[in-house]
Amino acid sequence: MNIDGINTGYVLDHIKAGKGIEVYHLLNLDKVDATVAIIQRATSGKYGLKDIIKIDADIPLDYDLIGYVDSKITVNYVKDRELVRKIKPEPPEVLTNVIECTNPRCITSVERGIPQRFRLVDGETRSYRCVYCDTLFREK
Amino acid sequence: MGDIRHLINITDLSVEELKHLMETADDIIAHPEDYQNICAHKKLATLFFEPSTRTRLSFTAAMMELGGNVLGFDQAQSSSSAKGETVADTIIMAGCYADIIAMRHPKEGAPVVGAAKSSVPIINAGDGGHFHPTQTLTDLMTIHRKKGEIGNFTVGLCGDLKYGRTVHSLIEALLRYEGVKYVMIAPEELRLPAYIREKLDAAGVEWHEVTSLEDAIPELDILYMTRIQQERFPSWEEYEKLKDSFILTRSMLAPAKEDMIILHPLPRVNEIDVDVDDDPRACYFYQALMGKYIRMALILYLLGIK
Repeated sequence: MNIDGINTGYVLDHIKAGKGIEVYHLLNLDKVDATVAIIQRATSGKYGLKDIIKIDADIPLDYDLIGYVDSKITVNYVKDRELVRKIKPEPPEVLTNVIECTNPRCITSVERGIPQRFRLVDGETRSYRCVYCDTLFREK
Repeated sequence: MGDIRHLINITDLSVEELKHLMETADDIIAHPEDYQNICAHKKLATLFFEPSTRTRLSFTAAMMELGGNVLGFDQAQSSSSAKGETVADTIIMAGCYADIIAMRHPKEGAPVVGAAKSSVPIINAGDGGHFHPTQTLTDLMTIHRKKGEIGNFTVGLCGDLKYGRTVHSLIEALLRYEGVKYVMIAPEELRLPAYIREKLDAAGVEWHEVTSLEDAIPELDILYMTRIQQERFPSWEEYEKLKDSFILTRSMLAPAKEDMIILHPLPRVNEIDVDVDDDPRACYFYQALMGKYIRMALILYLLGIK
């Protein structure tokens, strides 16, 4: 299969196989007015299989979100068909309005107008705790 | 609102601050006349979105003995939350009328929401099964008064170690002191949650688990009894099976150390036989009294008065 290279934009490489669609939706790429390609189950020397997203537009990217979803993702920024820099986003210290607390006794289950907020407790396992009730959230 | 100090969790206070609070409480006990008007014209709002007897009375008595006034409500039905008002709005409103707020709420994390919006200090007086820092302050104050120091003792924590928030907070607080050994006394079904066991291991302290209270008693300097709380159990059957797991009776105290102290956050149901009340080692009502003094010290500290 042939996917063209991009002029100016991003290549999100080394996405865990099967996670490409999730990353696409989390980054709201369906709302971007540009060419976006998702390549699923590409062969990777490092990880066996991987997903790749190519965005042919110089848009602001939420690196915190990418670091949260999968810290193995590499973001390649391309300008005029040249690779300008590689970025390895880390899991963010605080995650706001990305995941929801599952504890039915948490104040977020009833209080209107407050953000869902989690703080990182273990970068290795990407474990977060709700800042309100301390419920643990660990990516499966 | 960044400069206002709140108390949400016991770990919000450093060991130095805990020492300061206990010394202030000692001074209040020794010289109550120096404090009887110190909060004149100050108001404490007790916002109790769920009923409580001891904690609310203790806060009310504490503020009254400092010469301050108390206003508030003692159940959600008496507040605007019954009409759908958010916690944040209630707190902002209360801050217009009071200098400091003690709040209890059934939802975990409600005081975090309150603190983010409040123009006055917030004291968490219990948020569901989550934190209850002033109970831990009460426990520490009682140990400080009865043992002379916090540290260098063996404490037995008995009863519901799985759901009991007072036990979890006390362990978290004691882990910051030297020389504390822990004996966890609970049935298999109510043993400490894994994350607390991991904390004990990570801290490198001496601790072990037993299922027999009788076997543990001789080695203890402090016995901390807890109630098996029906409201925390997922099913009535499970509660029925475990509710009478441990009942401390006077005869069981025969092999205990002369200076062991028995604590309980109250209310007790039947886990401590009333025969024990007359034993000089029974300190749970003294503990309730200490709760008032340490809350007085806390109010002064958060108001920046002492």
